[in-house]
Amino acid sequence: MFLTREEESALKGEHGEIMQMAYRILVATGEATDAEKLVPIEWAHLSGVNYNTIGDAGEEFLSGISKDAQVKVKTTLNPMGFDIDNVLNYGLDENFISKQLSIRNSYENMGVIPSFSCIPYEIFDIPKNGTQVAFAESNAAIHANSYDNLKTNKESAFSALASALTGKSPYSSLRKEDSPNITIRMKVNNPNELTYGMLGFFAGKIGDISVNISDLGDMDKRQTKAMCGGMGTSGTCAKFLFGEGDSDCEKIDFDEKEMQNVYDELNTAEKGDIITLGSPQLGLDEISDLTGKLKGRSFQKRCMVFLPRTVKEQAHKIGYTNELERAGCEILSDCCTCLTPLINKGDVDAVTTNSIKGAFYLKNSNGVGVNLKSLSQIIEDETR
Amino acid sequence: MKVLVSGNVNGVVLKSENPINFLGTVDKKTGIISDKNHDLYQKSIKDFILVFPSGVGSSVGAYTIYSIKSNDTAPLAMICTKADLTVATGCALANIPLIIISEQEFSSINNGMKLSLDTDSNLIQYQ
Repeated sequence: MFLTREEESALKGEHGEIMQMAYRILVATGEATDAEKLVPIEWAHLSGVNYNTIGDAGEEFLSGISKDAQVKVKTTLNPMGFDIDNVLNYGLDENFISKQLSIRNSYENMGVIPSFSCIPYEIFDIPKNGTQVAFAESNAAIHANSYDNLKTNKESAFSALASALTGKSPYSSLRKEDSPNITIRMKVNNPNELTYGMLGFFAGKIGDISVNISDLGDMDKRQTKAMCGGMGTSGTCAKFLFGEGDSDCEKIDFDEKEMQNVYDELNTAEKGDIITLGSPQLGLDEISDLTGKLKGRSFQKRCMVFLPRTVKEQAHKIGYTNELERAGCEILSDCCTCLTPLINKGDVDAVTTNSIKGAFYLKNSNGVGVNLKSLSQIIEDETR
Repeated sequence: MKVLVSGNVNGVVLKSENPINFLGTVDKKTGIISDKNHDLYQKSIKDFILVFPSGVGSSVGAYTIYSIKSNDTAPLAMICTKADLTVATGCALANIPLIIISEQEFSSINNGMKLSLDTDSNLIQYQ
């Protein structure tokens, strides 16, 4: 990999240990992904925030480097394990809370914006077309590449952190021209967000770096996010290109049969004890829509609603959060269904959700059963 | 050979034919492999030149590599046949030399062999 004289000297340690480590990460990642050089990036979005996933080793590492490290570009952050406003309602132990707060402090000390959101593309302004960014959250990387005209690799927690500290990223995979060799044709009629989530999950399994996708029809924001979340869960693929692709592209249909296969893989329960909405977190449009759908109705069991803090604040001003709480929703900011420590198999046998991404992690990480339903079906079955 | 993390070390080879999942199967205090189905079961990787096909499993395993280095139970260097991002970033965090070699070179390295590795001159010497 080619390095400028400046980058070489940082790698040798002439700009301090933190810079040396960051460049080691960029070079190792770049060599592993056949990048020929580093390119400047304008925005980094970090994963590796939830104590549930990074553990003591991660907490200690971040605490150590945060004494000296400062991010060089705009840097935003994935969700953590809980919402400090209501964490005491969820029976988390003190060790979890204090380690999580230490992680939060470490990132803040490094100059990171404490957004705790997996939908940076919805709550921050999008830079101009073609801007290079470094997003570690998979649904955000896919959304950025496919819908926001940005360019990012599907970064790891570490390459994104190194990019935040240096303002650079390896010039590999999706930053270059991409030409998928597979086209997926959407053949399921009357799709809802659950269908699009399953389509994404299917695409992630068969795509490598990017895939063409055709016959999608008009999609709303909820469906778009579900498709990006689904794909990020099942593989390494990080971009949809919309259309049939070249004539020599292999064509694969996503039909009722393929959809049933995904459903059978992830749906493991007939019904849930609680409901979760949000993975990815809900944006203001979805909160507004949900409030409308719940007018005059109430959930008959617990329903956890995950959203970014900025969205919670806006929703509160408009009056949505009052309405949702009246309908029985528990509103949680700064965290998400995905890898949540707030749902344990000791208390809960199964969870009802419309999120494919959420379903995958509830099943494999929380070890609970999953009951998949679209939002409209959830409201029909679970509210009165 | 391809250098992912540079360095210069001499040491004895500990070789595995199995991939290693650093998250969960390597004890951070001792460097001992705790996976019963692994060919290095109950062996410590501390202070060896660890030769194995590649890493597998969660990218959080990179923090485990950083932890074993902090606890002084890490290998002197790692040699793999396939570059995976968990081992690459873990070795980068911990400053453990890491190189990628061909299948052919891999099969010529045996357990207990003395190696000297110098990434600046792209050299592996067998002693």
